[in-house]
Amino acid sequence: MAPAPAATARSARLRAEGLTKRYGERWAVRDVSFAADAGELLAIIGPNGAGKTTLLQILAGSLPPTAGTVSPDPREVGWVPQQAAIYSKLSVEENLRLFARLEKVGDVEGTVARMLEQTGLADRAHDEVGQLSGGNRQRVNIAVGVLSAPSVLLLDEPSASLDPRQRAVMWDFIDELAAAGTIVVYTTHDVAEADRHADRLLVIADGELLFDGTAASLRAEPGAGAGVELETAFVGFLSERGH
Amino acid sequence: MRWLLVKDLQILRRSPLLVGLLVLYAVLIAVLLGYALGADPGKPRVAFVNLVPSDENEFSIGGESLDVSKYSEELFKSIDPVRVDTREEAVAKVRSGEVLGALVLPADATERLQSSINLTGGEPPEIEVYYNAENPLKLQRVQATIEAQLGNANQALSRRLTGIAAQYLDIIVTGGDFKLFGQTLTVLGLEKSDTILRAQIATLPKEDPARAALGQVARFAALAAENLNISEPILKSIGEPVRVKETVVDGEPSGLAPYLVAVAVTLSLMFVALLLAAGALALEREEHAFTRLVRGLVPRWLLVAEKTLLGALLAFAVGLATLVGLAAFEGLDFGRMALWVVALAAGAVAFGAMGVAVGSVTREIRAASLLAFILCLPVAALALVPDGAVPSSVYDAIQVVNALFPFKATLQALDAAINDAGPGIGRALLHLAALAIGFGALARVALRRFA
Repeated sequence: MAPAPAATARSARLRAEGLTKRYGERWAVRDVSFAADAGELLAIIGPNGAGKTTLLQILAGSLPPTAGTVSPDPREVGWVPQQAAIYSKLSVEENLRLFARLEKVGDVEGTVARMLEQTGLADRAHDEVGQLSGGNRQRVNIAVGVLSAPSVLLLDEPSASLDPRQRAVMWDFIDELAAAGTIVVYTTHDVAEADRHADRLLVIADGELLFDGTAASLRAEPGAGAGVELETAFVGFLSERGH
Repeated sequence: MRWLLVKDLQILRRSPLLVGLLVLYAVLIAVLLGYALGADPGKPRVAFVNLVPSDENEFSIGGESLDVSKYSEELFKSIDPVRVDTREEAVAKVRSGEVLGALVLPADATERLQSSINLTGGEPPEIEVYYNAENPLKLQRVQATIEAQLGNANQALSRRLTGIAAQYLDIIVTGGDFKLFGQTLTVLGLEKSDTILRAQIATLPKEDPARAALGQVARFAALAAENLNISEPILKSIGEPVRVKETVVDGEPSGLAPYLVAVAVTLSLMFVALLLAAGALALEREEHAFTRLVRGLVPRWLLVAEKTLLGALLAFAVGLATLVGLAAFEGLDFGRMALWVVALAAGAVAFGAMGVAVGSVTREIRAASLLAFILCLPVAALALVPDGAVPSSVYDAIQVVNALFPFKATLQALDAAINDAGPGIGRALLHLAALAIGFGALARVALRRFA
């Protein structure tokens, strides 16, 4: 069953149409289309090797698609990759300042100060990133992604290296961004997390978009199982479709 | 680009050990290799035994005495003699490796030489030479040195002998005194003989039969005097039948030490630029920052240019410091510094671009450094192979490889800048510019393909 689009193309501010990525005979992403409105939280879930990260990279502009189009322009999109893309030998402040300059934000120092405040890393501003814990490195990673106050924010496994307290702080931060109108799209292996922190789910397997809708809609899908944990429904949904 | 460069310099500043090792290693390798190529290896140690009895060191030719030991001094110009008393001692030193070879002047050397001069038959004198063949390179060097010096000694002796022979011929022609077995003898000479005979012939009556006979003798004396006058140059040509006239047909020759300065500086440029540029680009991927940068913040070509510039800047600084240091040591012309700067800059940029090309195909610093290092040594070695050292087909292949990498062109540019050596700096600079563009384009394509 083809997934029903949850937002009309006319009002969407993030639009992906016919996205395809092919490596020789292997299809990493095959004809994926969806749209998202301002302030929506989308969670992309799927088994390992499904194409989640590839899809996110195409949306971020770091990987060119074999076919298909994406809007808006990648320069208007903030991106938080799974592995922290920051410089270990620079301090927290220096990393933020560098990327603020590269992003050409208007008030570099003001933006750096604001990010340090929002990520709770003001007291670690002068510490080299290489000396931080994995969780704190991820906070810097996220801060770099939102520096330019993008209209769309893409996060690849954002909570993977965070402890529960840090995870809670991060989701509060992201929820605030979404409330302010930012479209947030993230990948996760944690289906329960997707259940708690997503307006819509995109289920991908073997490069194909199998489902686009709410958690409740997923539970209602054949094979999923209403009234069960979302993870159980998700596994049942995939099994029903041979994945 | 400015902020990326500032970021890279900040990272380098916080990696003092890495930077120190890179710079120190480059300078050390450059100076060591450069001077190893041209350093005077010193005189080989050779054992020397003179078995000729002390009262038999001299031999005589035409009443004149010559000392054999004087000619053995010719040998000592190119060797470091270790005097020993017996042949066995000399051979033992060769076997032990204490000396590279041994020369033995046998006891009958002057006796045989005297026999040769007196034309009484017998074998010519024979100097014994012993070598240790364990190390073929050392053997080659010692053999070449000893053979060359024996040749010089032979030539010196030959010149002296022909000089003496020419003196005797002169006496025969013009007359004079010479000593034989301790007695002084006076020779009339062919010219005076001819004069006396002609004077006597003039006093004889025209019908006197002795006139004809004396006339024959006078004509013989005149003829002999005339032809023996040219005997001296003929004897000299026997001593040195073939002379050598050297002519440089291509390029301006540079002194060896200044050329080695150019080699040393080129090596340091290469190591620093290549390793730094390759490592800096690989760092972006190792830190996972590469995809963040190129997805819209920084075009790929700008990243290539920035890393090239980073490698080139530091290499230029190290190269200039090395050159200034060596130039002061070697007494080079500082008035040519503007050319030094141009050559250094061109070489640094070309090596930087090559480094970026290397870094673009690797994902981590260790792999980039290893690949850069693997390329450095053969590229440098091939560029230093002289024409004539290998078959021409091999040399042609080497030239093709040299043309694809910046080492030889940088060396030529620096040699021209430092020593005004041919074929001039212009062509080398153009070559380097083309290589910089080529490697930059290669890096750009590789970044897209291997991202």
